Amino acid sequence: MKTILLKDAVALIPDGASVMIGGFMGVGTPERLVDELVRQGKRNLTVIANDNALPGIGIGKLISAGAVRKTIASHIGLNPETQKKMLAGELEVDLVPQGSLIERIRAGGFGLGGVLTPTGVGTVVEKGKQRIEVEGKPYLLETSLRADFALVQAFLADYIGNLYYALTARNFNPVIAMAADTVIVEADNIVPVGVIAPDQVVTPAPVVDYILSHA
Amino acid sequence: MDAQTIIAKRIAQELRDGMLVNLGIGIPTLVSKFVPPGVRVYFQSENGLIGTGAPPAEGMHHPLLTDAGGKPVGALPGASTFDSAMSFGLIRGGHLDMTVLGALQVDAAGHLANWMIPGKMVPGMGGAMDLVSGAKRVIVAMQHTAKGQPKIVRQCSLPLTSSRPVDLVVTELAVIAFPDGRATLLETAPGVTVGQVREATDAELRVSERVSTMGL
Repeated sequence: MKTILLKDAVALIPDGASVMIGGFMGVGTPERLVDELVRQGKRNLTVIANDNALPGIGIGKLISAGAVRKTIASHIGLNPETQKKMLAGELEVDLVPQGSLIERIRAGGFGLGGVLTPTGVGTVVEKGKQRIEVEGKPYLLETSLRADFALVQAFLADYIGNLYYALTARNFNPVIAMAADTVIVEADNIVPVGVIAPDQVVTPAPVVDYILSHA
Repeated sequence: MDAQTIIAKRIAQELRDGMLVNLGIGIPTLVSKFVPPGVRVYFQSENGLIGTGAPPAEGMHHPLLTDAGGKPVGALPGASTFDSAMSFGLIRGGHLDMTVLGALQVDAAGHLANWMIPGKMVPGMGGAMDLVSGAKRVIVAMQHTAKGQPKIVRQCSLPLTSSRPVDLVVTELAVIAFPDGRATLLETAPGVTVGQVREATDAELRVSERVSTMGL
């Protein structure tokens, strides 16, 4: 794990990269990283996240700035900009049931090819997917998802990169931290090693590549 | 009593002590206001919380403690928080006793459509498909008609949320279940006749031999 300046961290992310971003309606989204992506004028990103938040909040800022070519999400209903760009053909939107989305990411981070879920059987979600029966019950094969980068928001990070999350800001964060080639963490608090007790560590240090320094 | 209150009060009677319950947005959220005395229910927010409580006093909220709409909430004593994989493990894994959801349409066999109107409204399914597939009991809370048009129809014209039928539909006019895959009228609201329910329903409606009046 290395500490890194905000501008240097975001400079690692090229146009066209796939990026998983933590957060649920903006709660638990690393806002400094999002703001810097906008400031550096990134283009053609594929953003994998629960939702598109609202205009002016979290991932909503990336949508408004035109940084995103494709989004894979479970819900976009509260961001009219996403809807508008989608209908205008400027933004590709792949809607995935929330439980299937998080499991596809989990599978990607856990070395699995995918998961079998009953969710979506017999609906439009089934289109193009394999239906597999196990002990007489039908399931859909949902394949795994990985990304080039994971942008993670944590409540506590210690000096070597162990992470702890707060309340409902946990959501997608510990799961995406496992599923990307490069993991960049924006922590609300950076604390000495030992402040997060071993039993309290949610994401172990070795999976974290970079922690944003406060400067 | 307005339509939403009738629906929420009636559904609250389905709550049992110790249940884990997920409420959708809109009318379903109101159910939490009418939990019967002596019944303790765990409410789940799918963004990662069991033990959702009323929001704290103005200015006291925590920005990292929110409901699935991103709005500030409180956490009751005994609350727990977790990531989204755990949250949907609870939902799909048979741990969720009941979910209450809104609807655009419900068909005669109890199939629900509640997540999109092609070409018009494409918000995404969020957690709805997992909730209907995974909850032990699925209850729909909705007004019986929308702009005068019945919402209980022979067949849904809108994309389905799940191939699994719902268990109960509660409207301001009626309580309807789907035994053997057939819409069956169990209760009418006070002052509402079977004929009025039929009039507002665009599907064949069997009337239970023990049809009764909603106790509110």
